[in-house]
Amino acid sequence: MSEAWSILLVALDSAIRLATPLMLAALAGLYSERAGIVDIGLEGKMLVGAFAAGTVAALVPNPWLGLAAAMTASTLFGLIHGFAAISQRGNQIVSGIALNILAAGLTATLGNAWFGQGGRTPPLPSSARFGEIELPFAAAARDVPVIGTFYAEIVSGHSVPVYLALALIPLTAFVLARTRWGLRLRAVGENPAAVDAAGISVTRLRYSAIVVAGLICGLAGAYLSLAQSAGFVTDMTAGKGFIALAALIFAKWRPWPTLAACLMFGLLDAMALRIQGLALPGIGQVPVQAIQALPYILTVALLAGFIGRATPPKASGQPYVKDRA
Amino acid sequence: MANAALPTWLTAVVVPVVNVAVAFLAAGLVVALIGENPLTALSGLMRGAFGSSYGIGYTLFYTTSFIFTGLAVAVAFHAGHFNIGGEGQALMGGLGAALVALGLPDLPALLLVPLCVLGAAAGGAIWAFLPGWLQARRGSHIVITTIMFNFIASTLLVYLLVGPMKMAGSMAPETAQFPPAALLASAATITGWFGWPMTRSPLNLSFALALAAAFAVWLLIWRTRLGYAIRTVGANPEAARYAGLSPARITIVALVISGALAGLMATNEILGSQGRLINDFTAGAGFVGIAVALMGRGHPFGIVLAALLFGALTQGGAELAFEMPAITRDMIVVIQGFVILFAGALESLFADRIAQIYRRVRPEAA
Repeated sequence: MSEAWSILLVALDSAIRLATPLMLAALAGLYSERAGIVDIGLEGKMLVGAFAAGTVAALVPNPWLGLAAAMTASTLFGLIHGFAAISQRGNQIVSGIALNILAAGLTATLGNAWFGQGGRTPPLPSSARFGEIELPFAAAARDVPVIGTFYAEIVSGHSVPVYLALALIPLTAFVLARTRWGLRLRAVGENPAAVDAAGISVTRLRYSAIVVAGLICGLAGAYLSLAQSAGFVTDMTAGKGFIALAALIFAKWRPWPTLAACLMFGLLDAMALRIQGLALPGIGQVPVQAIQALPYILTVALLAGFIGRATPPKASGQPYVKDRA
Repeated sequence: MANAALPTWLTAVVVPVVNVAVAFLAAGLVVALIGENPLTALSGLMRGAFGSSYGIGYTLFYTTSFIFTGLAVAVAFHAGHFNIGGEGQALMGGLGAALVALGLPDLPALLLVPLCVLGAAAGGAIWAFLPGWLQARRGSHIVITTIMFNFIASTLLVYLLVGPMKMAGSMAPETAQFPPAALLASAATITGWFGWPMTRSPLNLSFALALAAAFAVWLLIWRTRLGYAIRTVGANPEAARYAGLSPARITIVALVISGALAGLMATNEILGSQGRLINDFTAGAGFVGIAVALMGRGHPFGIVLAALLFGALTQGGAELAFEMPAITRDMIVVIQGFVILFAGALESLFADRIAQIYRRVRPEAA
């Protein structure tokens, strides 16, 4: 019992760590897509965020300044997407892909030119990173079976971005369901013409969603370079932006299911790391790649309606043209 | 904006040139930002790409890959779909070629080479058929599915190359060397037959195949009934249905052709150069195809020119990295990103301006 429990605790603990960047990126995508702007550029925004955070924290050893830089860079990137998608009525998917490619190129080029370490930022001292926070009574609770160990291992001992990510889920649920801005945001993603007819600026609403998405995506990036690793590494997002997108689709663009989907993908990721080379009873050796591909395969199956329907916000991807003559 | 009133040279030449010029300007700013002279970088790049026959060979080698992936994006685009699965389709093209080459090692070259090429096309076609079918019959969004299929293809290939298809006794994730009869002749070999041996470079027979594919795509899109159907579906699926076409069927057919073209990219890299299946050999060519197709405006002639530009950038950038250590090959990725941004997403920013200026200069034309 106690051994199984401790294995479960370790698995859950690493699942939460691995799910955090997914949760943040997926939430960013949620705001953008709920407002009707498709956000393929999550990966790119996260990457520039991670790079900005790593760069600033390498110069000034302060994680908060790094976080601010990440949010600024990611939001600026988001605003390019916003300008293309909202003001220029350009193709949102082309724009998102452009930003992903641009982010991959820029971070590697600038990182190499500025630090001369093959695109990495220098390794960060712990003062420049988000350390793990020991919650009150965690040490004392460690001796209490089940609840105590759960508190000490799972609830306590994470870095600030993890708690921020977890707090953003209920906050997002509240904002979307209960606030004026949130209700309008949802409306503009479903029927922008109605929002426009009500005298509310579609453009302003959509830009505000882009900014919120940029800020949260920056936090996701900062988590990667300032909490999970000690510095920026080239292409450190490694497809997480797309897994986040998959999680968002899986959650059908709703906050609480987003948490569940990200935790599930995080758990899969943690499993892939653990079962490497392990033979499972009855199945034999499962290739790690099969587990790594599972989120993508599940998303394809979901989109095909084989395991339920995923219907995106109706107006997503379509530029709004006010003066339709 | 009614572009119908504008002459072709303006929409087909001036607008793309302005887009690319702006993209280069933006990339030049990045070069300046890292403390290097953009003009020096540009001249170094051109020298690296065209300054020697060795450089030209490499430039055309990269061009070949980009023609295939650019055509792939364009064919799907004519049907109104955005195939961003070029990476995955090319990887599966490599798998198809490898399965044929390693499975039928005893065939003579005259049989094996065409079969390997077909294997590459089939691999890509199958990998694009699934998203096409899912879109047409199950309503899945093709963009999301092709993205997911890129990742699935990449993990599948890693699995095969570290597992079942791995060369015995090797540490690297790669298959055994293909039989020589499976390989495409290099340009140096071919010119050698005519008594004029070229400098060694990976340029090979698939360059000719790429040009033939470009011509075939032109024929298909503008000279056949199927091409007309593809363009009709792309322009207006509702009208196409009303005219008795099946948008679902056309979507699948267009995606299969698109995937086959992306798969053929593997002939250049795998059959023409590597001679074995290696991990991640596409190196982003699937994504470059998006930039190439956008810049070439979906027309095969434009695509060949755009592919040449990106081929030159890739080769020149690699050479430049030796000359200016501050500039890495990643600079090329930056330029790609800017081209996609300005030629794709922000297109109307310049197209509308240019149209306005034209109307002001020649009011009688508007």
